[in-house]
Amino acid sequence: MAIEIKMPALSPTMEEGTLAKWLVKEGDTVKSGDIMAEIETDKATMEFEAVDEGTIAQILVAEGTDNVKVGTVIATLAAEGEEVSKAAPAPAPAPGAKVEDPEVAQEAAESGTPEPHLVETGARQMFEAAKHDAEVADPEVPAGTEMVKLTLREALRDAMAEEMRKDDRVFVMGEEVAQYQGAYKVTQGLLDEFGETRVIDTPITEYGFAGVGTGAAMGGLRPIVEFMTFNFAMQAIDHIINSAAKTNYMSGGQMRCPIVFRGPNGAASRVGAQHSQNYGPWYASVPGLIVIAPYDAADAKGLLKAAIRSEDPVVFLENELLYGRSFEVPQVEDWVLPIGKARIMREGKDVTIVSYSIGVGISLEAADELAKEGIEAEVVDLRTLRPLDRQTVLKSLAKTNRIVVVEEGWPTCSIASEVAAFVMEEGFDDLDAPVLRVANEDVPLPYAANLEKLALISAAKVVEMVKKVCYR
Amino acid sequence: MAKAPARAKSEPPVTNRPRPDEPHPYQASKEELLELYKQMLLIRRFEEKAGQLYGLGFIGGFCHLYIGQEAVAVGLQSALDGEKDSVITGYRDHGHMLAYGIDPKLIMAELTGRAAGISKGKGGSMHMFSTEKKFYGGHGIVGAQVSLGTGLAFKHKYSNDGGVCLAYFGDGAANQGQVYESFNMAELWKLPIIYVIENNQYAMGTSVNRASAEDQLYRRGESFRIPGIQVDGMDVLACRGAAEEALAWVRAGKGPLILEMKTYRYRGHSMSDPAKYRSREEVQAVRDKSDPIEHAKALLEKLGVKEDELKAAEAAIRKQVNEAADFAEQTPEPEPGELYTDVLVESY
Repeated sequence: MAIEIKMPALSPTMEEGTLAKWLVKEGDTVKSGDIMAEIETDKATMEFEAVDEGTIAQILVAEGTDNVKVGTVIATLAAEGEEVSKAAPAPAPAPGAKVEDPEVAQEAAESGTPEPHLVETGARQMFEAAKHDAEVADPEVPAGTEMVKLTLREALRDAMAEEMRKDDRVFVMGEEVAQYQGAYKVTQGLLDEFGETRVIDTPITEYGFAGVGTGAAMGGLRPIVEFMTFNFAMQAIDHIINSAAKTNYMSGGQMRCPIVFRGPNGAASRVGAQHSQNYGPWYASVPGLIVIAPYDAADAKGLLKAAIRSEDPVVFLENELLYGRSFEVPQVEDWVLPIGKARIMREGKDVTIVSYSIGVGISLEAADELAKEGIEAEVVDLRTLRPLDRQTVLKSLAKTNRIVVVEEGWPTCSIASEVAAFVMEEGFDDLDAPVLRVANEDVPLPYAANLEKLALISAAKVVEMVKKVCYR
Repeated sequence: MAKAPARAKSEPPVTNRPRPDEPHPYQASKEELLELYKQMLLIRRFEEKAGQLYGLGFIGGFCHLYIGQEAVAVGLQSALDGEKDSVITGYRDHGHMLAYGIDPKLIMAELTGRAAGISKGKGGSMHMFSTEKKFYGGHGIVGAQVSLGTGLAFKHKYSNDGGVCLAYFGDGAANQGQVYESFNMAELWKLPIIYVIENNQYAMGTSVNRASAEDQLYRRGESFRIPGIQVDGMDVLACRGAAEEALAWVRAGKGPLILEMKTYRYRGHSMSDPAKYRSREEVQAVRDKSDPIEHAKALLEKLGVKEDELKAAEAAIRKQVNEAADFAEQTPEPEPGELYTDVLVESY
């Protein structure tokens, strides 16, 4: 029986890829560890190694084929002793476009034989919810504006590139931002266009390079410091807070620090507690900082451009699960959005759901569910966490009289807590029900798929809380 | 020196790497030396006055005096090009500001927390800046200024403005991790920076050899290929000479350099430090034998400067310091509205 070699999932969010190149041909003998093919994803080009020994019986997907679904049989391998000709081509249909978990991906990559099993995880659930193709309102785009589909990572890259073209004080530094083209490919192509003086690979020394960036900003440049993830920025938080955020105040307005600290924030898929944390509430508690956490690509682009132009230090929190997600982005000459303004993502009259970052996608899915039951939810994307746009939230509350806050992060001392507090302080008379929160469980994020799922927010939890405030 | 005496020469530990020449004491003219002397004396008298005002309750919080270390800031900064070069330091920053010619009134008024202070009274002793003079603070977190200074050097190189950054830190900060992260990047990218370790022998109450496995701090750059020079930080001309040599090295594009300045602080770490970790005799011995101001004074006398002239200089400095103190005591506190200004530059 021939061994089926299947298209592997090389990242938690990979659904399909390009079979860029075969490095073996039919009749070749391979042993484990031999590189058989090069596979391109939206993130990177990866080498695909053989695990089993044998002879390549058939190549079923030609090199250069795009959009090969994960799980598609791309070749068959005849085991030792087996006749190559008898190695039957298994006409296995691709098992649908399923998002694979890393462990599944690894298994698939390592061995052609076992069927990939789909593991339900919390991150996948959030990812699927964020795929939700909801109609969203954006009054800021003039009617008739041409829209183009861009992934979040492309939008972020375009924002940086456009600002770098305009202002030669702007540069990017961080781990793997240049030659590697970005650990998550957000800085892809920047090195080619701007060269190594403006796209700078640093050693793995977050404290040091955050300080170097901050000092360069104090000296008059406009650095964009990329953290591979904000979890690693814990090493650098002293410079973000003590050096960048406080200097303007401590110097009586003499010394500015126009810097952007950016990178992925929040839970990714199955990476465990040390790599899955939302720092939004941490940074949003610090006077002197601007904190932005966009959901879609249009906001990511418009707000990152605004962040780079700001005279103030900005913490710009992205979401790894969303990097590959495509959204409509307006094709306008200079798409810059105002910092500190929330956005009504969906209008509704019965309840206000306030969220930000990936929580917005989950809220939109919940709103769809609720609509089926006759509850019209208004979804507000905060977009900027500091300063918070209280007015937009309070205005929505005045209309709906009910609020649920959805946050992919811990509940204690959270943005949700802050929203609950100011809604009570300033909107008490408009409340017909207590403010309720949907947040992650108050535990370090577990690795096990079932536990991860229990720990993270979901549309079902949002629906449940909304029904509570609607007394349904 | 109290503990490890400064050596005449810091022999190169690894001989097959390029090193700057061993610096020689600066050959100052009478006028130049007199100017350096006056600057050191201004710092000494200013700091004594600040100590006095602290005792009277005019200055609060932490107040770290520079008494004993004057030759370092004065000797090094006199070699800089004020148009191009930048300076950054930690919280013991009064001396570096005075050595840069910043008005003592603005500094003293900051110490008393007044609106006329250089940070509008919102920074205090540890957080003072003058972007006009390219003095970038004034930082309260031990070692932070080393990374920030490396960033200033990055800016000099990025903008190709010909400037060099002088980043001061103490023997205590020399053990911070970010110092080495910065060393690595500075040498990797050949940044124009002079790392100045002001080794005053005590990190608060911990003597250098109790906290540092390698207590010859000029060697701390070795694993990054950054050469280091040990300098007698109690001799203003030795300091100036070392600065000249270091600047020549850095301006030639050879990357960073470390200067370990062997110095001594006479007062406690801050005003609230009773300094029980060392004997009164130890301090007195340094004052008697190695005081930088007395040393310069003796040189001036040898050069034929009359006692009258020195006395006149001293009187003028006392007057200047008293005026600064009077100003700092009388000028008003910030308006309450200042509480909310300067948090952010822009409005959102």
